[in-house]
Amino acid sequence: MPHSVSPESAPADESTQTMSQATSQTGPGTQEDVTMGEASTPAATEAAKVKLEDMFDDDDSDDEFTSSAPQPKPKEEKSSQQQPAATFKISDRSSFSEPDVMRAFYQRLFPFRFFFQWLNHSVVPSKEFAHREFAFALQNNILVRYQSYPTHDLLRKACVQDVPPRIDIGPIYSTNPRDRKTLRKASSFVPVSRELVFDIDMNDYDDIRTCCTGANICRKCWAFITMAIKVVDSALREDFGFKHILWNYSGRRGAHAWVCDKRAREMDDSKRRAVAGYLELLKGGDQGGKKVNVRRPLHPHVERSLNILKEHFSTTILDEQDPWADEEKAAHLLGLIPDTTLRAALQKKWESSPSRPSASKWADIDSVAKSGALSKSSRDLLEAKQDIVLEYTYPRLDADVSKKMNHLLKSPFVVHPATGRICVPIDPQNVDEFDPLSVPTVLDLLKEIDDWQGDEDENGEKKLQDWEKTSLRPYINQFRIFVAGLLKDEKDGGGLKRPREEGGDAMEF
Amino acid sequence: MIRHDYSRVDTKRRPNIDYKKRQFAKAEFQQQNYDHRLNFYRLPPTAEITLEEFETWAISRLKVLSELESCSFRNRSPEETAEYMTSILSKHLPLHSNSSRSQSLQDERRKDHYSHFILRLAFSSTEELRRRFSRLETMLFRLRFRDDDFRERQEFVKDLSLEWEEVDEDEKRELKDQLMAASSLKKGDEQEWIKVDWERVPELVEQRRVLMKRGKAYVPQREQQSLVVADFTKRLDEALSLTARALPRLDEDDRLAPILAHLSQSFNSPDAAYSSSDAEIDGLSSIRANSIDTLSKNFPLCMQNLHMTLRANSHLKHYARLQYTLFLKGIGLSLDECIIFWRKSFKLMTDDKFQKEYKYNIRHAYGDVGGDANRRGRGYTPYSCHKIITEPLPGPGQAHGCPYRTFTPDNLTAMLQRVGVQDRDLLKAVKEDVNKTRYHVACNRVFEYSHKREIKKVKDDGSWSAADLDTIVHPNAYFKRSWLLKHVGDGNAGVVAGAGDKMEE
Repeated sequence: MPHSVSPESAPADESTQTMSQATSQTGPGTQEDVTMGEASTPAATEAAKVKLEDMFDDDDSDDEFTSSAPQPKPKEEKSSQQQPAATFKISDRSSFSEPDVMRAFYQRLFPFRFFFQWLNHSVVPSKEFAHREFAFALQNNILVRYQSYPTHDLLRKACVQDVPPRIDIGPIYSTNPRDRKTLRKASSFVPVSRELVFDIDMNDYDDIRTCCTGANICRKCWAFITMAIKVVDSALREDFGFKHILWNYSGRRGAHAWVCDKRAREMDDSKRRAVAGYLELLKGGDQGGKKVNVRRPLHPHVERSLNILKEHFSTTILDEQDPWADEEKAAHLLGLIPDTTLRAALQKKWESSPSRPSASKWADIDSVAKSGALSKSSRDLLEAKQDIVLEYTYPRLDADVSKKMNHLLKSPFVVHPATGRICVPIDPQNVDEFDPLSVPTVLDLLKEIDDWQGDEDENGEKKLQDWEKTSLRPYINQFRIFVAGLLKDEKDGGGLKRPREEGGDAMEF
Repeated sequence: MIRHDYSRVDTKRRPNIDYKKRQFAKAEFQQQNYDHRLNFYRLPPTAEITLEEFETWAISRLKVLSELESCSFRNRSPEETAEYMTSILSKHLPLHSNSSRSQSLQDERRKDHYSHFILRLAFSSTEELRRRFSRLETMLFRLRFRDDDFRERQEFVKDLSLEWEEVDEDEKRELKDQLMAASSLKKGDEQEWIKVDWERVPELVEQRRVLMKRGKAYVPQREQQSLVVADFTKRLDEALSLTARALPRLDEDDRLAPILAHLSQSFNSPDAAYSSSDAEIDGLSSIRANSIDTLSKNFPLCMQNLHMTLRANSHLKHYARLQYTLFLKGIGLSLDECIIFWRKSFKLMTDDKFQKEYKYNIRHAYGDVGGDANRRGRGYTPYSCHKIITEPLPGPGQAHGCPYRTFTPDNLTAMLQRVGVQDRDLLKAVKEDVNKTRYHVACNRVFEYSHKREIKKVKDDGSWSAADLDTIVHPNAYFKRSWLLKHVGDGNAGVVAGAGDKMEE
């Protein structure tokens, strides 16, 4: 589809700019139309590509990232700098899901190449990528499933053409997902591998968070996600021995984890269920009463999690969330204390001063117990308190996402359709510093490209990619390092396979 | 390049040249010596046995396996199964421990070994048979493993040389507390642990019953069973699929083939206890949509419940519809009549809605629409008791499932009284069955009660054999037997065509 190559498309950029300079003499108003007409001629695009490659053959880096930066042509500098602003005007009124905005995002910011390497586990295109299911949620809210692309170029082309507000990633299938209907046996179309994924959503915390509800978040309740990431990440690394875990902001109020180790990718559903079950601690619905029922002595995983969570309990829960401030909530806390005498004593105390902050109420439990209102052993009380800490802090996973190999999950780096924020990676080492509210939106980023004032005229300096001019830069760098680490392990692991493949090629002659 | 070509031809040709040589290179037609009571069945037997032994041994094992299967269908707990199986095992396939110093030790083990491999041959032909055989053999193995002498079991496991690593003393000391906590042991319980890749014990991981460290699971000795059993199943599955591939090339005269065919036939699944012959009931003319109300008196409680719910609400939810539609299909209601039945039953619904949202599902259940496989198989098979009892419990507003399982005891009693079961002793017995989760026994008990007179009659005049009155494990079988019993006097209805051989196709 040559027509899908739109005016701002990367390779054509240079030439169309040049051409538009010529024609724009007639009047700035016609400029856009003319560019469009020129660029949509396939021949022109092809020619431009060749020309571009000739000119920049020393530039071996990502040609998928366009640069709208002024080319070293001083005469035209001024007008070419205005080019992006002319093609899509970003005003405060622009909405992030507008096709033009999304198109610019896919053309200039989405890191297709690292994305490809991430899913392909190698630089050479293979089935790992070609048989991978992508699902596009289109502008009209229709979900198109079972899309697949042999290379990142074709994926990019499709994205630029369809401008999906959301891309989901599914498993790698035994055959190309596009051919699934041509198969004689349904059994030859089965998912064969897929990252182990986790989804943590703030919704599940609604009964214990007091600051916001539903889709809203603030820095206070993000602390729940921070705790969850710490616990799950350490369990996956220390207990299961996984190394390549990509944590991702989901764009609004949650986080996703992609465990990319080969061992994790090849797990069947029963093993995925086992991991999810291992990590799942809170059971029971709203009417189920106590949600934590763990064996004693505590399993080492629970013990470690409790140690991680304890630190957060006093700050995040008691001070910031203040979950037992009103009477109804305090009654729930009483319900979690098994000791009836103690419960009665506490109830009496709190009835007289119902608005005591949670931290004092929490302290009351111990002080009242010490003053003699304890009928059971102090060990029981300690265990009950541990259970309460766990109920209020332990990660609440949407376990069904992890249990099935063919569950779709939103891709990293796409734009969240409701907030416009990019689904950027979260560094699990510095998870405390991550602030969801400061994650750039797509409009911020596009503006940053336009506002960028770099001195690129200096000779010898490498041309910057568009993303490098924006605040997306640290995130993409982080992703790039992650992917590089994954590829390295993959190469070492698959070292035995390589010679044979080469041998197979030789036989073709 | 030339070398490549050379080696390619060579590797292809080599097996063709000397496969016979290889096959008979080291033929050992000799007795094996069985050191252990348990057997992992890794080596096939090579010594000679008579044809008669071949057949009788296989039949003995088959009896054991089908009893085991019926235990699982009747939802017996492992302890009950073990108790029930003791006498059957000692009759058909006794296996004594080394310490018993029995004279026939080697013979028993030989019989066990041979019969296993004979049945492997008989049950490797289809996926369905392979799955069942592997499941039942695993059950048998687990049963024997459990009641094996502790020391002998350890020796057996050691001899298997499964790939696992013992946790050495240093590591044990270092991780002592964590190991204890993970496997919830008390101080002082000295234990051995083994280290394996966690993927081999997913169910232990899921329940957080093992210590995990960098992808290794530390499995305590007493959880060894699940490891060994998992390994047994894995090997057996692999071996069965290999056997299936080799089967067409079985160099066989016509002595064994008929025996094997016969064996696999008599092992048909009671899950498929429903056969198309069940729909053909003598004396029952083709069923119409408006005769369901009358016939529902002969339905088992699960279907009566659905029928009454349908009449009360003029609606049923998806799973209930599916369960009921398939049952109706099973008693011989045609697709057209079934659509009429549902259309009339959903009397509050517009025709448009029915056509759009409901008709397709009915047609799908009959195999009239849907994928190729669905149409070729003429839709789904009517659900068996086993299926109905083991599926997840119904949620709010849903009516499917087995009432003996899904109802609270009080509601169940009320329900039974509504359908005319008043006897207090019976209701009490039913309650006890239900408490022991033997729903199926309760259902059969109710059946026997409500057909007391008829059963006595057919028993007395000898027109029905004991096999015709075997435990019911399928709602459609319930209906068929109930209908025939109630019409035993009318014309030729007393002839129970096919009722006895419902286990066969």
